[in-house]
Amino acid sequence: MASEMQLPAHEESLALREQFDTAAQQKDASTLGMWIFLITEIMFFGGLFLAYTVYRSMYPGVFAVASTSINVYWGAANTVVLLTSSLTMVLAVRAAQLGQKRLIVLFLILTLILGGVFLGVKAKEWYDKYEEHHIPGPAFHLEGLNPDNVVSQGHAQLFFSLYFAMTGLHAFHMVIGAGLLLYLIFEARKGRYTAEYNTPVDLIGLYWHFVDIIWIFLFPLLYLIDRHLGK
Amino acid sequence: MITTAVQEREHYLNESYGIKSWLLTKDHKRIALLYLFTVTLFFFLGGAFATMIRIELLTPRGNFVSNDTYNKLFTMHGVAMIFFFLIPSIPATLGNFFLPMMIGARDLAFPRINLLSWYLLVIGGLFALFAMLAGGVDTGWTFYTPYSTTYSNSWVIATALGIFVAGFSSILTGLNFIVTVHRMRAPGMTWSRLPLFVWSNYATALIQVLGTPVLAVTIILLFCERVFHIGIFDPALGGDPVLFQHLFWFYSHPAVYIMVLPAMGVISELVSVFSRKRVFGYHFVAYASMAIAVLGFLVWGHHLFVATQSVYAGLVFSFLSYFVAVPSAIKVFNWTATLYKGSISFATPMLYAFGFIGLFTIGGLTGLFLAALGFDVHVTDTYFVVAHFHYIMVGGTIMAYMGGLHYWWPKITGRMYPEGWAKLSALVVFLGFNLTFFPQFILGYMGMPRRYHVYPDEFQVLHVLSTAGASVLAVGYLMPMIYFVWSLKYGAIAPANPWGASGLEWKTQSPPPLHNFDETPVVTEEAYDYSTVIGEEVQIG
Repeated sequence: MASEMQLPAHEESLALREQFDTAAQQKDASTLGMWIFLITEIMFFGGLFLAYTVYRSMYPGVFAVASTSINVYWGAANTVVLLTSSLTMVLAVRAAQLGQKRLIVLFLILTLILGGVFLGVKAKEWYDKYEEHHIPGPAFHLEGLNPDNVVSQGHAQLFFSLYFAMTGLHAFHMVIGAGLLLYLIFEARKGRYTAEYNTPVDLIGLYWHFVDIIWIFLFPLLYLIDRHLGK
Repeated sequence: MITTAVQEREHYLNESYGIKSWLLTKDHKRIALLYLFTVTLFFFLGGAFATMIRIELLTPRGNFVSNDTYNKLFTMHGVAMIFFFLIPSIPATLGNFFLPMMIGARDLAFPRINLLSWYLLVIGGLFALFAMLAGGVDTGWTFYTPYSTTYSNSWVIATALGIFVAGFSSILTGLNFIVTVHRMRAPGMTWSRLPLFVWSNYATALIQVLGTPVLAVTIILLFCERVFHIGIFDPALGGDPVLFQHLFWFYSHPAVYIMVLPAMGVISELVSVFSRKRVFGYHFVAYASMAIAVLGFLVWGHHLFVATQSVYAGLVFSFLSYFVAVPSAIKVFNWTATLYKGSISFATPMLYAFGFIGLFTIGGLTGLFLAALGFDVHVTDTYFVVAHFHYIMVGGTIMAYMGGLHYWWPKITGRMYPEGWAKLSALVVFLGFNLTFFPQFILGYMGMPRRYHVYPDEFQVLHVLSTAGASVLAVGYLMPMIYFVWSLKYGAIAPANPWGASGLEWKTQSPPPLHNFDETPVVTEEAYDYSTVIGEEVQIG
């Protein structure tokens, strides 16, 4: 067919799919697709942010107290870890654009390690919550509430429900991101990504930054409420 | 083989054979047919539930099914029809097939994601089917808390997960359409030359992409609440059940536009082709689609007029609900103006288009009644509401879907449907529809609540009329089912452009070749220019 004659001879090496005319068109389409996907992700997290906003404005005092029971130092350390992972991700993208195969692999592995550190710290924080009976359910109890009655304990549970839902969904996205990084590392080692073709590194980089930004919002909303109130 | 090769050109249907060539296809046209098959199954499944509902309502006493069963019937009717038929219906079948062709592309931007989205719909559908066969679900298709999270003893989670998975199918279809319209247009196919069907599917895709994720996270919260009792919708812990309604309708009201916008796109095509006139006020119709997509997100509160919403919020949502009717009205007026001094032919697709315009107008105007605060309180949760949204979804969307199927059938299959039978079916559907649903307006106004199967004796006459209408409607839907299948073997061979239409999809053979066009078309004129095209004769035999 005539349309196939326009395809370049080294179709496989440029990975140009048959529905596209040029590599630039394909890259544009993939990039736009990723941005739209990230918009759907914003709407997805948006439901949780809405629920958080509603309940925090309904029960500001209890939320502030509940917030202080989370360890802000672990949270701050994790923020630094995640921001650094964004840096290494950008460096990987840059290396891909320059076609530096060994540097791509190196920076991707660094990103993966930092992501792993983040998840490890997160798991430790969750375990602490378990030890302190801060998991919503029959055994739930939070110290320091005034008045400390069934009603405010209920509201405090609501805070932790949101805490686990939001950080849980975020961690789930980190795990997906780690899987994607592993895929990139394998492919990069095979020399798949060159100065001409590096779209997957670029797009998974976008995804990684997005997950990072979600955390940038989660950290103050969940860890720093008490400090917001000016105490 | 050598002898048949003389008359049979290669096209997307005969280019490869076997079950694998379908289940692993990346061709948007074959995927469209996979969708067509799937949504048709769910349409008849949902129809079977509707049949049982109408049989039960023949008598004022609950003597056909038990209360519990009745609850399950209307829930499963809603779930099957909305999430597995109406939402995917036009975009995933006709849109999937024709959106790339109309803009002169070889395929959607992401063919593998397109196939994935069909599999997601099937997996979601299997979840829902499992729930239905295992014992059903009885919460209503709206899954209101706290009934769905605490009290219901039916298969809420399996059904909700099915809807969750099917939602990603919808998101991915939308994503694919947006990128395709932005990046895959043929040379010369500018935005203001796009057929209006493309515009309306583009607007629909925006809603799918922005709205569906909110439904997804709402279902996750519903799941957590039902399984772990985390309190988010539970007043005992300070949670608010109405928050669920807000989140649910933030998706599910725009979802109404996911169902009706593509239908409007079909009608724009049909009215233009069968009047042989450019759509009056092309730009207004195109921008009206976008306006509906935007405003549709701002009216969800009209589902909560009686659900603890403040009067002030009610006023704002009431106003915005009136406002969203403006772009819809623009479309209806512009279609009517297109007919003016047009060269109108009454082919079957046009009959469906006329049916759509009339019924959608009634559905839309009664929507304005419901947007009025005082009247809404009177008819909340009555058959008035049921009649209203069936006029939009059945009278609107399904009419347009049937019209579109007839219109594009020659292109999809290479065969003509039998015109006489098709005209008869359009008539039967129109009469059956009105007989089914018009009495429900009266019932609702008189106070018949929805979701009840025991009712006062004086309502029986109207219920019997409605059930009689449903039987007629069922005949109207079964007829195309039969003659469409018949036409695959016995229908007249379709020429490339039987209607004398101007869209790019008609400028290639019927059925189209694998990559749609032998060479990439170059567009030099605006849409709906009939000065140079004439319809080709159908060869009999």
